[in-house]
Amino acid sequence: MNSFATQIRAAVGSTLVLAIICCGAYPLVVTAIGRTAFRDQADGSLIKDSSGKLLGSSLLGQTFTGEKYFHSRPSAAGASGYDATSSSGSNLGPTSQKLADQIKERIATYRSTNGLADNQEVPADAVTASGSGLDPHISPANAALQAQRVATARKLPLEQVQALIAEHTAQADLGILGDPGVNVLKLNLALDALPR
Amino acid sequence: MHPNDWLQLALFLGILAALTKPIGIYLCKVLDADGKTWLDPILRPLERLTYKLMGVDPRREQDWKAYTFSILLFSAVGVFFTYAILRLQHLLPLNPQQLPALSPALAFNTAVSFTTNTNWQSYGGESTMSYFSQMVGLTFHNFVSAATGIGIAAALVRGIARQTASTIGNFWVDLVRSTYYLLLPICTALAIFLVSQGIVQNFKSYDAAQVLEPQVVQVEDGKTVTIDTQTIVQGPVASQVAIKMLGTNGGGYANANAAHPFENPTPLSNFVQMLSIFAIGSGLTWYLGKSTGNQGHGWSVWSAMMILFVAGTLACWWAESHGNPIHQALGVSAADGNFEGKEVRFGIFNSSLFAVITTAASCGAVNAMHDSFTAIGGLIPLFMMELGEVVIGGVGAGLYGMLVFVVLAVFIAGLMVGRTPEYLGKKINAFEVKMAMLSLLVLTLTILGFTAWATVSAWGQAGLNNAGPHGFSEILYAYSSATANNGSAFAGLTANPANGDPHYNVTLGFAMLIGRFLMIVPIMAMAGALVKKKIAPPSPGTFPVSGTTFTVLLIGTVLLIGALNFLPALALGPIVEHFLTQAGQLF
Repeated sequence: MNSFATQIRAAVGSTLVLAIICCGAYPLVVTAIGRTAFRDQADGSLIKDSSGKLLGSSLLGQTFTGEKYFHSRPSAAGASGYDATSSSGSNLGPTSQKLADQIKERIATYRSTNGLADNQEVPADAVTASGSGLDPHISPANAALQAQRVATARKLPLEQVQALIAEHTAQADLGILGDPGVNVLKLNLALDALPR
Repeated sequence: MHPNDWLQLALFLGILAALTKPIGIYLCKVLDADGKTWLDPILRPLERLTYKLMGVDPRREQDWKAYTFSILLFSAVGVFFTYAILRLQHLLPLNPQQLPALSPALAFNTAVSFTTNTNWQSYGGESTMSYFSQMVGLTFHNFVSAATGIGIAAALVRGIARQTASTIGNFWVDLVRSTYYLLLPICTALAIFLVSQGIVQNFKSYDAAQVLEPQVVQVEDGKTVTIDTQTIVQGPVASQVAIKMLGTNGGGYANANAAHPFENPTPLSNFVQMLSIFAIGSGLTWYLGKSTGNQGHGWSVWSAMMILFVAGTLACWWAESHGNPIHQALGVSAADGNFEGKEVRFGIFNSSLFAVITTAASCGAVNAMHDSFTAIGGLIPLFMMELGEVVIGGVGAGLYGMLVFVVLAVFIAGLMVGRTPEYLGKKINAFEVKMAMLSLLVLTLTILGFTAWATVSAWGQAGLNNAGPHGFSEILYAYSSATANNGSAFAGLTANPANGDPHYNVTLGFAMLIGRFLMIVPIMAMAGALVKKKIAPPSPGTFPVSGTTFTVLLIGTVLLIGALNFLPALALGPIVEHFLTQAGQLF
């Protein structure tokens, strides 16, 4: 056991055997069971339209700028935001001039887009980038402030838009875990699906 | 700090406390070469076959030198294994995106990072790593570096528990048994649960979605492009996320790590991931108590860890929920707290809790960007790492790191009462104290030395994403994280500059190697010295290592040594930044 050759054999042997078990057998077993039991989730919770065209994933946010859509949070993923191949936060710190400038500009845009008063406090999630840059949710307060604009642009009663927001708000898991969030992509798809 | 958040904290602590004993009992069986588990019918034959292929006799134990040599040799083989895979990525299978090979410096950094259980992400997951590299090159170390840590902790505990002996177990047996009986079964169940929550698990190439509202984006020289597709990353994510949490590895599949919805889709997946980071480290304290025949000692060590953990959590959560006065003056709702870099589904509380857990344990996965935390909110994760990852800590590494502080605590207690220090009936002599101090000084010297070098160098400053004290914090955080084998980052720091400067990748790689192996060697030497000693029966003058007095002394030792070494550096970074934030100063 103490000779160098036996130790080398043990080191190389264990590397190969454990690689086969942990990196071959284990992921294959998880894939087999996971995809049998939870096919949809294992494939990325994809959303397709009636013709089978892929529209996105219910877990990944997308950029929206039009006034008839609810807007997602600002995103630092990729050059134009919500690039799912380069997930990232801004990584700007609390004393960053750049971050303060961005937030100032976003607040001005948010207030003018949604017809808010100049002294109206803005929900934090509406003017800050998320950790992943792909956050699918906005806070219920953020959605509520956008509801009037969307309702006007779509000529819908405000109550109907508010009801849709409530329908697409994920409540805390098991009643207490996490914070509620409104899934923007699913909400906008539901708006588009309304009979005209 | 809503009532519901307090409830979540209580739930987390309650479940963790309840898990500690069952996991501890199971660990006792796993770490005994003859231990019986309910998985024996399936795993025993596999275990025997593995020893046969390795040419190892599981009956023969090793002394501390042979055990340490096995660890070092196995780790060296592991570094080459992963380095080769990353350098040859373009030639290997399972690369549907046809990603190229990694540069030598980046491959070195990544191979070392995973071998040392650090998993500092110098690479950007989804854009650099093929499925093969992720699944084999990286996941391999997620398992074995965790199993190695457990083995070292077990060897040290055996050194304490046995008397007048010379062997402390067999590394190969500890490695194989920890992997087969502990990590694999739990990970399989955990990964399948995570798939149910929405983590992807497949071998498809990336999907292209037609976005609902195509965007016209300005690019350079006034041209515009229309972005009408979103590329959706796929791959075997769940199997890797399960072990990255359970093994306190933390290296993300994606660049954004556990903030990415595909790695951590729901608050429930987040809760389970947080528990799995702490589960084994918590159970190991029970294993310590059981093995040394002093269950009170195990719980005292656990309590010291938990008190430090809860204090850190409260401070970080308080700071984040109070937000940033500069942004609030611009019109951001003060009630929402500091939301930059955080996900809506986790909110302030679960982002703060995760940040403290991941840095208290040497996990390093992040569900929010620590770089964008408030000054105090970012100070806590930094401080947790600088304590030496002993608050639960990395699997195994947390326990052996904490036992170093235990030795120092009984030494200090011995000095105070004027008796030869004793630990569980064994006399603590100059050699053990020297080894304990050596492992702590290595940590301090490496963190502060490299930080100082990078701070005054052009290559060091070129990598920064933030100016002012926050830029200094980015450097300090990087070397703290690397040396403590944590792996989380103030991720604004760029270790891969466009000009290809390798300084960061290489220095961080060495910091990780030093932080792992130069700690292990003195600790194993201590185990080798302790195992030879006789256990004297307790006398009225014996300082008890269980109970409140001991817990308080242990916390004091950890804080005194952790805090005093790093206070000057912290004052230049997050502490001054806190006051500048209050004064509205921007950089």
